[in-house]
Amino acid sequence: MDFTTLLNGAGSELFLAIAGLVGLTLGAIFRDSFITLSYRLAAFTLFIAAFIAVLTYEGGSAFNDLIVSSPFTNYIKIFCYSLAGLALLISDGFMSRHKTRRYEYPILFIFSALGMGLILSSANLMTLYMGIEILGLSSYILAAFNRDSPRSSEAGLKYFVLGALASGLLLYGASLIYGYSGSASYRDIAEFASSEDVSVGFIFGLVLMISGLAFKVSAAPMHVWTPDVYEGAPTPVVAFFATAPKFAGMGVFAIILFTVFGSLIEDWQLILVIIATLSMLIGAFGALAQTNIKRLLAYSSIANIGYATIALSVGMELGASPLLLFMTIYALTSLGLFAGVLAMRRSGGMVEDINELSGLYKAHPGLALGLTLLLVSIAGLPPLGGFWPKLRLLQISIEADFLWLAIVLVLSSVIAAAYYLRIIHVIWFKPALEAFEPVDRSVRLIVLVASLAAIGFLIWIGQIEALTDAAASSLS
Amino acid sequence: MVLTINHFLALSAALFTIGVVGIFVNRKNIIVILMAIELILLSVNINLVAFSVFTGTISGQVFAMLVLTVAAAEAAVGLAILVVYFRNRGDIAVEDVNMMKG
Repeated sequence: MDFTTLLNGAGSELFLAIAGLVGLTLGAIFRDSFITLSYRLAAFTLFIAAFIAVLTYEGGSAFNDLIVSSPFTNYIKIFCYSLAGLALLISDGFMSRHKTRRYEYPILFIFSALGMGLILSSANLMTLYMGIEILGLSSYILAAFNRDSPRSSEAGLKYFVLGALASGLLLYGASLIYGYSGSASYRDIAEFASSEDVSVGFIFGLVLMISGLAFKVSAAPMHVWTPDVYEGAPTPVVAFFATAPKFAGMGVFAIILFTVFGSLIEDWQLILVIIATLSMLIGAFGALAQTNIKRLLAYSSIANIGYATIALSVGMELGASPLLLFMTIYALTSLGLFAGVLAMRRSGGMVEDINELSGLYKAHPGLALGLTLLLVSIAGLPPLGGFWPKLRLLQISIEADFLWLAIVLVLSSVIAAAYYLRIIHVIWFKPALEAFEPVDRSVRLIVLVASLAAIGFLIWIGQIEALTDAAASSLS
Repeated sequence: MVLTINHFLALSAALFTIGVVGIFVNRKNIIVILMAIELILLSVNINLVAFSVFTGTISGQVFAMLVLTVAAAEAAVGLAILVVYFRNRGDIAVEDVNMMKG
């Protein structure tokens, strides 16, 4: 195995792994004087990793086929790494105000990015499990990172217990799949899955793996942790949780279902349809009663994962490209919305009640406009970015004869529009409460980037679709 | 009596179930939950090693080593989070983990 193939197959992961270890060493040597530098260096590292993913877009295989990357995985990786970098940019101000600015924080971001890269490129159940655990363990620590806050540590604890249970389920499923097919490599498993020898134990393993993955992307009925963790964890961390790991999770879901178990579609299709329906309904109805904006956005992310699951349940030919399209715009919009939550700061500190957004248009007109655009986009109202991927999902669910899913999709979108519009109403029409504190420049920047993306999607939808189509066609 | 693969699978399934039930039924404290998680991971190891022996492939044993490593890391992270939680709340009873609801 020469160096070029190694770099083509696992360049960005190798870079992130080395950068994370170097960062830890520097932190251990220089301690507190390294903190400011570590935030910048880590964000830079993540953008460089995204750039490496661009350079090695065609992909390749490394480490004896334990890691295989393709345009499909690299497309997702580019977004995951950049989203992690952007979420790190908005963390600095928040963390220093809460007196939890430590050099481990950016390094945990690097390691969770490494985990995302590994699960996407995994071509073996072992790599998949290691990636999921690297991502999971760093996420649990990040959720509990504000260690003087009882809420943050409770969020970390809940996330840890339920996350460990989910990876236990996934692991048990993986062990059954390995046992019945006799190999842990995706290629051999795919071969076995299309043979006549498929037994009940094998299918049972598949079901357990689906439930473990559904937990990681917070799809119903494995969603119960989401609102609690989102409410308790530090807001910039939640901005990260709601975007990059979700995108990576849906990507790996697609790889496993479409390429490894593609021949067993009759066995898993119904499970995915049920997951999609439940997520859409729970996401829509659960959010209606919420007053805390982070809980509301948590339910909104459950609903959106439900929409994306439609693309999984229709199978590879129809679903792969719309999945990428939908998750791209969802992740960017969601990051912008959570950056907006960071702007909700009054003299007493952060506030999270939806009504506290009142008067935002007077204090920060640009921010109010950006958030309104993002909310309209995520609600799926034409003509903004969020509308087109939803339209594609509607089309494919009708093409695949899942009228039921199309109906639930429209119903859930209408209900969801009610609570997104309620936030817009509070921003523009409620009388102002006491004054807002000034907003960090990085927060403004992220809201600007996200709302430009929502408009840019509208203009360049053709080109972006061509890109996702090309990426999806590499999946097989 | 000859031990077949089914004996190992039954043992592992029993341990796995005890682990999962231990997480949900347990009403006392969180240390028990950590033990249940450990039980789940180790039950998988029995599965992996048994499959490895009976199918004659080595990758199951490699997988089991990785799972052992991860189990250690998971216990470390879990206990660390538990210590932070205890400092904030002064208690680790399961019933009291309910600041956020709704």
